[in-house]
Amino acid sequence: MTRTAFVNARLLDPASGYDQTGSLLVEDGRIVDLGPELFKDGIPEGVETVECGGKVLCPGLVDMRVFTGEPGAEHRETLALTSQAAAAGGVTTVIVMPNTDPVIDDVALVDFMERRARDTAIVNVHPMAALTKGLKGQEMTEIGLLKEAGAVAFTDGDKAVANAQVVRRAMSYAKLFDALLVQHAEEPSLASGVMHEGELSSRWGLTGIPAAAETIMIERDLRLMELTGGRLHIAQISCEASVEIIRAAKNRGLPVTCGVSAAHLQLNQLDIQGYRTFFKLSPPLRSEQDRQALVAGLADGTIDVIVSGHDPQDADVKRRPFEEANFGAIGLETLLAAGLALVHSGDVPLARLLDTMTHVPADLLDLGTGRLAAGLPADLILIDTDMPWQLKPEALKSVSKNTPFEDRRFQGRVLRTIVGGRMVFVHGEED
Amino acid sequence: MSSPETSPAPIFPHRHLIGIEGLSPQDITALLDLADTYVEQNRRIDKKGAVLRGRTQINLFFEASTRTQSSFELAGKRLGADVMNMSVGTSSVKKGETLIDTAVTLNAMHPDMIVVRHQNSGAVELLSQKVSCSVVNAGDGAHEHPTQALLDALTIRRRKGKLQGLRVAICGDILHSRVARSNILLLHTMGARVRVIGPPTLMPTGIERFGVEIFHDMKKGLEDCDIVMMLRLQLERMAGSYVPSQREYFRYYGLDYDKLAAAKPDALVMHPGPMNRGVEIDSAVADDIHRSLIREQVEMGVAVRMAVLDALARNLPNDPSIAETAK
Repeated sequence: MTRTAFVNARLLDPASGYDQTGSLLVEDGRIVDLGPELFKDGIPEGVETVECGGKVLCPGLVDMRVFTGEPGAEHRETLALTSQAAAAGGVTTVIVMPNTDPVIDDVALVDFMERRARDTAIVNVHPMAALTKGLKGQEMTEIGLLKEAGAVAFTDGDKAVANAQVVRRAMSYAKLFDALLVQHAEEPSLASGVMHEGELSSRWGLTGIPAAAETIMIERDLRLMELTGGRLHIAQISCEASVEIIRAAKNRGLPVTCGVSAAHLQLNQLDIQGYRTFFKLSPPLRSEQDRQALVAGLADGTIDVIVSGHDPQDADVKRRPFEEANFGAIGLETLLAAGLALVHSGDVPLARLLDTMTHVPADLLDLGTGRLAAGLPADLILIDTDMPWQLKPEALKSVSKNTPFEDRRFQGRVLRTIVGGRMVFVHGEED
Repeated sequence: MSSPETSPAPIFPHRHLIGIEGLSPQDITALLDLADTYVEQNRRIDKKGAVLRGRTQINLFFEASTRTQSSFELAGKRLGADVMNMSVGTSSVKKGETLIDTAVTLNAMHPDMIVVRHQNSGAVELLSQKVSCSVVNAGDGAHEHPTQALLDALTIRRRKGKLQGLRVAICGDILHSRVARSNILLLHTMGARVRVIGPPTLMPTGIERFGVEIFHDMKKGLEDCDIVMMLRLQLERMAGSYVPSQREYFRYYGLDYDKLAAAKPDALVMHPGPMNRGVEIDSAVADDIHRSLIREQVEMGVAVRMAVLDALARNLPNDPSIAETAK
């Protein structure tokens, strides 16, 4: 029996609002007790002790939008490396997208991912399965069997399912298994561009993607939800209008949820200036007004989760003219720090920020984690919310260095990451 | 006005010419003044100068272009440079080499100038970051085509005596046109008043924030204009995707005498070429020697490109012995 005591920690459980200085005991990978009274009479023999110095000890982060290179593009990133990046970023559960080669659209592939994760990953990894076979947007996958095998949700990843009839039927059928559908909301016929459509795209001679490409798809899918009674999660929204649409839909009582990437909360289209392909994201970075609306939507609860949208792309596909470069940026190691910037700027309280990265995504995906409570797996992180640091690409775990936060100064850093009671990352001890 | 041979002093405070954006009125005037001297030189029997003697110029064209490439080639040769043409058909780009690899490879050959045309916006800027010589943008995607704007400005200035205060209409496919973008920037910088005319489907989003007036009715847009600049409309864009048909386009946006009559009586017509006769411009207007500057634009093109190459070369590290021979 291994026992670890985390003492003198600011215990923060966003789900319950609990926020007290105290200790937490982990036994055989699970939280067994916590509180200010614990160890009042001293720590028993044989318990490993971690002095937390009053720093925040909270549930580990759940990142529900991560693209990995395995299988098929291991040169971009293996599952092992994805998990190491996650650990360094305080992410204890990574949800990988089915956009691999081969596509995760079959029970055997879900099994493969689970096996690879068990053998090589140092954090929890769960796959979302494809919603349509081969991500082709035509025929739905075996939603029931895939869910039984361990798929936590169904999505075509960075591809929108454009055919309304396909979405309608999948939404309706998914109710059988209470399976969550995740849509990349972007009407493909309007989204042939490479950046936000507006004055800047015109000045730079780049084809634009209008905000309407996103809002049209969201509004269509909301109608399909009303038609079918199904539920839906919009993977990432990027503009003010989408925030308003989702807010109104929630007010109507529709079971819609949505996410936003940490990059979209911190950056806008101006960062592209000079044709910098590390800022080529899907959905695109939009205007400052849009960014501010996303921050407001996060603060008021319209936006449910923050994701990294982690998408490793190597130099071969990024060091190209903007139009030819691939979309995507890595983000696992900057997810928390980019989020904390909103806490330091006074836009979002710490507990609200942590909501969106812990129990809310965990509940959406029915993971049974994301809380500080006795009996739950000890997926924890210890955070210094103020520690200043600067992002150096060479210090990143990922082989692909496509971060939009190069040289960025952050405030707040993960000190320790614990997955199932195992210390998988300790700041300052990495190689 | 001093000739370039006797005055090799730097006149242009930039290492590359990537776009009109970022150029001051002084920068533009300096290039146009220098180009004026080359117009004279090009009309002489002995057209050969030596300011680029010993220099190597590479024309790297990823997109086919007869007119611009030959204009740059002639410009370099008339200044005494060794000019090498590389086009996509014969280069390793077809074998999958990336733009950056191509840039690094060419850079190892120690060129002094690389003139680049590429189908992607921003590609020329990207290439310029990877080489140690000067880079001239000969057109990148829908972004900029700075030497076209400069030659248009030279043409106008020589005919109208100024740019300031002139009313210039740019007509047609503004959306896809790098010529339009560079011209809007240049004319705006030099104090001309710019109008853009075309159907809404061929207008870029946010064009109203470029400091131009927007017209969809061509006759109204041409009223009081001193200069009418026509743009090429690629034929495949006229098959229902942006406009319904060629004949409908010509009806509303093709320049004929009827529409031209709305402009000032002495308004002059320009076109960057190659023209689609009967699509965006009526042949009679295009060939009217009293109204059309189209052939003059080609002549000014060589002079302007000589001025650009000369001005950039003056900023390059110099070998004193070469400068001496050039005198």
